Amino acid sequence: MTGTRLWGCAAGMGVLVTLIVLPQGLKPYGIALLSRWAVMAIAAVGLNITLGYAGQISLAQAAFLGIGAYTTAILTTNGFPFWSALLLAGGLGFGIGWVLGYPALRVQHHYLAFVTLAFMTMAYLIFRNEAWLTGGVFGINRIPRPSLLGWSTSKPLTYYYLCLTALAVVLAGTWWMIRSPWGRAFVALRENPRRAMSLGVDIRAYTLLAFAFGAALGCVAGVFFAPLVEFVDPSAFTLADSLGLLLMVVVGGSGYFFGPLLGAMVAVLLPEWLRMAQGLYLIYYAVFVMVLMVFCPSGILGLFDKILRSLNRSAPLAVRKEARR
Amino acid sequence: MAGFLQLLVSGLATGATYALVAIGFTLLWQTSQTINFAQGEFVMLPAFMVLAAMRFLDLSLWPALALGAVGSLLLLGVMFKKLLVDPLLRHGVLPLVIATIGLSILAKETVKNYYSGEAQRFPALISGDTIPMGGAVLSVQDLINLAVAVTAVVLLQLFLARTETGRRMQATAQNRTVAAILGINVERMILYTFLLNAALVCLAAYLITPVYLATYSIGEGLGLVAFTAAIVGGFNQVRGAIVGGFIVGIAENLTAVYVSTQYRTAVPLLLLVAIILFRPQGLLGRAEERTT
Repeated sequence: MTGTRLWGCAAGMGVLVTLIVLPQGLKPYGIALLSRWAVMAIAAVGLNITLGYAGQISLAQAAFLGIGAYTTAILTTNGFPFWSALLLAGGLGFGIGWVLGYPALRVQHHYLAFVTLAFMTMAYLIFRNEAWLTGGVFGINRIPRPSLLGWSTSKPLTYYYLCLTALAVVLAGTWWMIRSPWGRAFVALRENPRRAMSLGVDIRAYTLLAFAFGAALGCVAGVFFAPLVEFVDPSAFTLADSLGLLLMVVVGGSGYFFGPLLGAMVAVLLPEWLRMAQGLYLIYYAVFVMVLMVFCPSGILGLFDKILRSLNRSAPLAVRKEARR
Repeated sequence: MAGFLQLLVSGLATGATYALVAIGFTLLWQTSQTINFAQGEFVMLPAFMVLAAMRFLDLSLWPALALGAVGSLLLLGVMFKKLLVDPLLRHGVLPLVIATIGLSILAKETVKNYYSGEAQRFPALISGDTIPMGGAVLSVQDLINLAVAVTAVVLLQLFLARTETGRRMQATAQNRTVAAILGINVERMILYTFLLNAALVCLAAYLITPVYLATYSIGEGLGLVAFTAAIVGGFNQVRGAIVGGFIVGIAENLTAVYVSTQYRTAVPLLLLVAIILFRPQGLLGRAEERTT
């Protein structure tokens, strides 16, 4: 186990260094793309808490992304500082997510999927139709990038580092939460709610919390999304986008800590690296998703896990014992 | 009043086609726990198969329709079951949901990239006349759509309730294990259900696309409506899906005129949330077991 952990640490450091150094040599478009990846990863990490750890399906993550983005757009274009948008959006997300969790107490699976889906569609209709608030189909323009402690982030690179820092903070927070009794309670809720209840886990509160955390992170992602694209309109927050986020989590490996990061990479960065037209890439992506589900529903990281385990099985007995410890 | 009648009839006509899609949806759920997120795209595909047959094979309308029907039975019935649902069933509900989301993206993008992203005119099966009645103007298309859809639903109900195969299918839906013990070929009955769904979506496609035009994205709204209708009526019932379809169709049409066109799609959803919260088994459904 120590060996694997060491390798894991080395790989993690490698990825981190790449993420910090690589953009230095990239054009603004590449940097914008990486920033987009970081933002989407935050939203996917949130959804992974709801879906991967607590086992509650949500098809509304793009709605929260939208709520965060619109909050930021409205506040910052009216002269309010960035951090106030961050606080308000996070709070809004937590509150709305909490309320959205209530149906989950009554219904499960496909019913729950459609309550969240209904919420998603309602949110989209409000973004589109309430022009006095959201600018309607024309959206909101010229969203300023924040300057923090007198340090402007209007350049793509500096804004990218801001997004990356946000992602790192979110990951650290999530890491801590998953290892806390809360995280264990979430997993208990996913694995066997009845048994969790008999062990004294307040499944009511934890279901609501799972939704609230996931939604809050969705909103936080939205807060960073709006200044990144400098323009928000309803077309970025549709049901298709929610389903896209869901696919990110599942493709990467739902319930795996790094799953959403990998999933976001496959969905956001890979099409550019392969230099493929968006439509054509989506066709391959859809086929890949279906094949992945047939052979390994636990996602890409699940697949790695499987391969590692089968490698371990072929190793000699002594090594295997070591590995199990 | 005349306006209301007009709205009611067109609402019933749309509702009837919604019901077709919703029935297929619930049948799949009952027999194989498949929540088909691609159900809307299943309605879109037959229309484009017909259009493609007419454009590339130079067929006239009726042979193209026949080819489209055969194509959808094979593709949306047999292949969907054998290639996607069968291998995924053992993994549980969520992977199958994800896979059907993938399938819907695949269907949409394929049509958009290889056929057209623009709305396509679909040849009308019936002349677009209107009949004046008591001050209202009713479109023949609406009336015939309503008649065809209702006939299909009645025939389906008779098939499920009166024929031996239909009853076997119901038994399979209610309790697979007991059905197998009673000597029913469960796998075959499930295949029949998939074929039935393919036939229903194909019929719905032929009724809807002449009115709404064929676009690659027509399925997005339809799939949602089918799910809504299924939940409103009660998931474990065919009858529920019919009632649900009509309610959603009428509610949509009335809202568009009397409340707001912008929030037209919101009404069925609000209906859905209310139903889920206050009567999760649906209007006609019962908590557990299933009836026709």
